[in-house]
Order: sequence, then structure tokens, then C-alpha cells
Amino acid sequence: MSELAHAATQLDVTAPPILTVQDLQMYFPVKYHGIFQRTIGHVQAVDGVSFEVPKGGSLGLVGESGCGKSTTGRLITRLYEPTDGEINFDGRNIAHLSQRELLPLRREIQMIFQDPATSLNPRHTVGAIVAAPLLIHKVVPKNKVLPRVQELLEVVGLNPEHYNRYPHEFSGGQRQRIGIARSLTLQPKLLVADEPVSALDVSIQAQVINLLQDVQREFGIGFLFIAHDLAIVRHFCPEIAVMYLGKIVEIADRETLYNHPHHPYTQALLSAVPDVKQAAIGGRRERIRLEGDVPSPINPPSGCRFRTRCSMAQEICSKVEPPLLQVGSRHKVACHFPGELGQAPQRPVTTAICGVDDQGNAVSGATADIQLNAPGYDTTWLDLKTGQRTGA
Amino acid sequence: MTSYLSVRDLVVHFPTIDGIVKATDGLSYEVERGKTLGIVGESGSGKSVSSSAILGLHRGTNAKVSGEILLDGDDLLQLNDEQMRQHRGSDVAMIFQDPLSAMHPYYTVGNQIAEAYLVHNRVGKKAARARAIEMLDRVGIPQPDRRVDDYPHQFSGGMRQRAMIAMGLINNPGLLIADEPTTALDVTVQAQILDLLQDLQREFNSAIIIITHDLGVVAEMADDVLVMYAGRAVEYGPCKEILTHPEMPYTWGLLSSVPDLSADTNAKLIPIRGNPPSLLSPPPGCAFNPRCDHRDKVPGDLCTTQVPDLTTARSGGNHVKRCHLANPDEVYATEVLPEIAPDLAKETP
Repeated sequence: MSELAHAATQLDVTAPPILTVQDLQMYFPVKYHGIFQRTIGHVQAVDGVSFEVPKGGSLGLVGESGCGKSTTGRLITRLYEPTDGEINFDGRNIAHLSQRELLPLRREIQMIFQDPATSLNPRHTVGAIVAAPLLIHKVVPKNKVLPRVQELLEVVGLNPEHYNRYPHEFSGGQRQRIGIARSLTLQPKLLVADEPVSALDVSIQAQVINLLQDVQREFGIGFLFIAHDLAIVRHFCPEIAVMYLGKIVEIADRETLYNHPHHPYTQALLSAVPDVKQAAIGGRRERIRLEGDVPSPINPPSGCRFRTRCSMAQEICSKVEPPLLQVGSRHKVACHFPGELGQAPQRPVTTAICGVDDQGNAVSGATADIQLNAPGYDTTWLDLKTGQRTGA
Repeated sequence: MTSYLSVRDLVVHFPTIDGIVKATDGLSYEVERGKTLGIVGESGSGKSVSSSAILGLHRGTNAKVSGEILLDGDDLLQLNDEQMRQHRGSDVAMIFQDPLSAMHPYYTVGNQIAEAYLVHNRVGKKAARARAIEMLDRVGIPQPDRRVDDYPHQFSGGMRQRAMIAMGLINNPGLLIADEPTTALDVTVQAQILDLLQDLQREFNSAIIIITHDLGVVAEMADDVLVMYAGRAVEYGPCKEILTHPEMPYTWGLLSSVPDLSADTNAKLIPIRGNPPSLLSPPPGCAFNPRCDHRDKVPGDLCTTQVPDLTTARSGGNHVKRCHLANPDEVYATEVLPEIAPDLAKETP
């Protein structure tokens, strides 16, 4: 591998978005197992998610299992058709395109899967696996396919002579490289990486992360990086969204999210990560214990979905769903009491916006005044210290 | 020696048609009651194999096990199968990585927890069930008297792991081996399980061996750390010592290849080159030499011809390392630390 600096992409606030997702929703029907198969409920896997991925930049999506992060990734690659919402890719809504219309789009959006062993066909050679997209999309003439495959294998750090080997002849890290080579064949503009390193050994994880950073830099690919490992996401993505039960609870640039998290769930999640270097120098962060398990997405709690496990939950939390409120130039949080750990406000800050009083009861005549679930960021935001709207 | 568990020169070899797989080759360590030993290493480094040898799980296979495993003075390797059965589940218990595949899907959780108690105690089914409920309650399962009749698939991942812990601890074992207990779990659940293990250890004064590849888990849980590579211990000593003054390039590699929450985001991740060696034909000399970046600092071809001994580290004490480098502490402080943690390097001149 080259000795070039493997560095994470920097946050480029001026980069236009390659992907804009608005109010994305995915409900999976739960069927009654009888004669009539009637629908008895819905798994609200993704419920109103909005975000942007900048061109050539990366957005991290973190959360616990079952929070809907993988479903979001699969919606964007259109492996699922969303129940509702918009997926604007390069200025075009792809949410409800037909399979035929999707075909050219598959070139532009590619996916890297978690488990390299099960995402490669064991009966195909590596050459066939990497060449398949080239043949399907007829990108290069048939006699140019092999040279292109070998070039790609070289890009991802594999021996180009190994194109006629089978996946089982490679180690886990090498297999993941094959998966990456396959996703790069069509020179996509957006890569959805769903837990790309969590099945790999620690020493190999770093190799793959460095490779992903190199290809991102070289080809200017936008990344939606889905992972549950907060440290790896921090290393890879300049901007991160935290999901809980199908909703984004906090989205911010790396610096803000990791050093000044305002949502109690983000704070708990961060405090739960064991930290080698902290322990090595003797310091140990106080851990916030989250009791119990994530509630069922079939019947999520009313109001704020996190309230059943939140230490700050009050009456308003069960009545009114907190909007994703912008509280900094690149920082949004969905909480009635947002604040750094131990500095949460006494009164809910969202009453005026939601048109309710402190207990969450509707105030007659008041209505919600701003469009809150828009992707991207506004030029003005609510300053939590003064309670006024401010701008940069 | 007064240690509760003391493993000496443990060798586990698997003869295959291609040759002998040396899964564990001359491993020694000790654990006291109330203390935790963390064993770290990549997959295939022999962590799990050496620990299942303590439970006698290689009996009945064609594995060749030799050495000594002294548990409270008894050599477990000299016992016959029936005597070993007496120990297994009562003095020594194990928690497996994936609780869904470690539990029987056709029996209720309560049944499976009570079984260990029934086997080792002269009690009736009712008493065993009561004990199972008590243990479920102890590990923090809500409504234990109702959940005891549930099947494993009705439990969430975190609850299943709690049930596994209940099963492991029902007979108050002196030694608990936790093989990747939290790898399959989310971070918040992982934190709950680690807290639980620490609470229970305080209560029962058990010795714990925690096998993991996550240095963060080791840093939080362990008193001592054993770093394994290709079936051998390459570094062994007090946890804090090893994390702050590691003296073996493999440990440096492990530390440098994981990002952490406080690091400078511009700091590079430095992976360990190449892949773990085959245990069938490990490289001659130091098994780590083909992946080592510091081989050129050792004069001659020592690294490729001679297996380094476990010698006392430069920082002294109980810290031992297996490396030919003459001044690993200086190399670490001047070359490795500034690359992986520039902020820490400045603080400790």
C-alpha cells in the first residue's frame, strides 16, 4: 500500500449535497399468520429522517441495533421502496422509481456490505465478481474488462494476478477489499458503507478504513458511513447523525457531537464506549447507565421515543414529540431539554415552536412556526443561552 | 504459589493431515480470586483454545494437551472425565460470545439455568427453579418469576447474555471465563454487562478471565493483561503498565490501529501490516517478525531465527515481554507514541 497520508476528509460546508433525504419513512407491515394475512401493525423502522450527504464528503450514521440505520442505507440504494419521503440524488427524486428506471442509477450509488464472506458469491471467481457490474452496464468493451478488473484489484491493494481465485482463498480483510473493488467498478458518486469493518479483526480494520479514505480522496466519492462503533465513525466522518428508534436524535459536526453532545441519548452512548487511552492515563469517565432495552418499533412510546429510558423525562416528553431543533451553526438536536451533560435547561425550550405550555398541553391559537424537519442547516438558529434566534 | 488458577506451560496441539496446528504453545499465567485477567489477541491467536482447555473441552477430541492447569492446587489435566465433570459448572464456568447459539432453543431459560444447579447440588426441582429465579433477579432481569419460563428467542440480546451470566454464576464458581462476552452487543448494553460482571465479581469474589479483542474492554475490566500472538504470550503484566508502557511491537500495533474518542482526528490509524500467520507453519523466529516495523533495530537475523524468550520488561515488576529489541521503551516513547497519540506524547516528556 502507498505510504500516502491516510487522512479523513475535512468538513466542507460549501460542498453541494450529492444526496438529500427528506422525511424518509419506512414501515414494514406485520402480518397476522392466518388465512387472510391481514396487517396487524407496522414496524416503524425509519420514521421521518432528513439529512444531506455532501459531494465527496461523508456522513456517519450511528445507533444501536434496530435503530433503523441499515434500513436507511438500504432505502438510499433503493433495495427497499420507502413508504414515504424523498430521496433526492443529484437533484432527482429516486424514492419511487421503477426497477427499469433504477438501472442507470445503480452505477452512481453502490454499497459495501458488512460481512464479506456472505456478500460474495462463493462459486464465482474474484475476477467474475468484480467484472459483473462492468458487463451488466456495458461500460467497457469485452476485451478491456480484464485489464480494468486487474487495475481495480490493484487499487484496493490486492494482487492483480489473483483474479481467477475464489473468495474462500482470501482472508477476511482481503474479502472486504474485493467487496470494495466491486463497489468501485462503476465509479459511483455515492457509497453506502453498512458496517464495513465490524466483521474484521482490529489490526485489519485500520487497513480497510485507510483504504476507504484513500479511495474517497482519489475518486471524490460521497460516503454514507453506517456503523455502531462510535470511535471509527469519529475517525472517518466529519459529520455524524445519531439515530434512535427510527429517528435522528442529534446531528452535528464531529467536534460538536463528540465534545458537546446535547441529547441525553448521545451522551449515554458516548459514555458507554470503553476508551483505551483514557484508562491508560488513569482517568475514567463517569458512565451514564441506560436502563432496560430499546422499546419495540411496532409500538414506540408516545412523544419522545427515548423518554422511557431518559433520566430527564418529564410530562411534556410523553405528550409532544420534540422537533429536530437547530441549536448551532451545524448542530441539530431533538430534545425538549437540550444541553450539555449537567447543564440541561429547567424549562423545555421547545414550547414556543410546538405551540404548547411547559406540561405539553396545547395552547390555543399557537401553531408551529418553522419548517423543522428540513435537511441541511439554516443560517439562523436558536441560541440556548439567550433563548433568541441568532445567526453566524 | 498461592494463586487460585495457575496455568503453566500449557500446550494445545491439533494434529491434522496437513501437520500439527500449534494453537497454544507454552502458555503460562495466573489469576487470583477477585482479580480479572484480560486476554487479548486477534482471531486465531489461541485465546479461546487455551481457555477451553481449562474447562477440559478438548477431551474427547484428538487435541494434544499438556502442561499444568492448577485450580486451587488440583491439576485439572490429571483428572479423569468424571472428576472433571464435578469441576465444570461448579468451580469453573464459562460465558460464551453468542448467547443465542450457546443456549438450547427448545428449553426454557429457567430450565437451562436450573440444570447446572441440579447437577451439582442435592436439591429438588422446585429449589432449583427458585434458585434460577433468584439468579435472574440478581443479573437484573425484570419480572424474573415470569421470564423464567420464556424461551431464549423471547429474550433480547442483552437479556440473553444476562441469562448466560446467571447460568455461569449459579454455583458460585471460583473462576469465570468470559469468552468475548460483549462482542455481539451494542455499546450501551455492553456497558451494562461489564458493570454487572464487576458487581458480581465483588460479591462472589470470583476470578475472571475475560477474552476479547477490544482493548477498551480490557482497559476497563482487567487487572492483568495477557497479549497473545500465534499461540504464545507476547506480553503479560499489570493492565495499566501494559497500556502505558507496552514493550512489544505487536501491542503497539494493537494500540495504534484502533481509533478512540479522545484522539486527534488527524492522527493516522496505523494498521499492522499483512495478516496473522498460519498456525500450521508459523514463521521461524519471532512469529510476529514478518509484520514488525522495528525488525531493523535488532542486530543480525535474531528475529528470523530465534524465538525470543519472555523476559522482564525494562519497566520491571511483573511485566514480561517477548521481543529481541534492546530498548523497546525508548523506541515506544520516541517513535511510536508521537505517531499514535501526539497529545499524550507531549504530556509525558
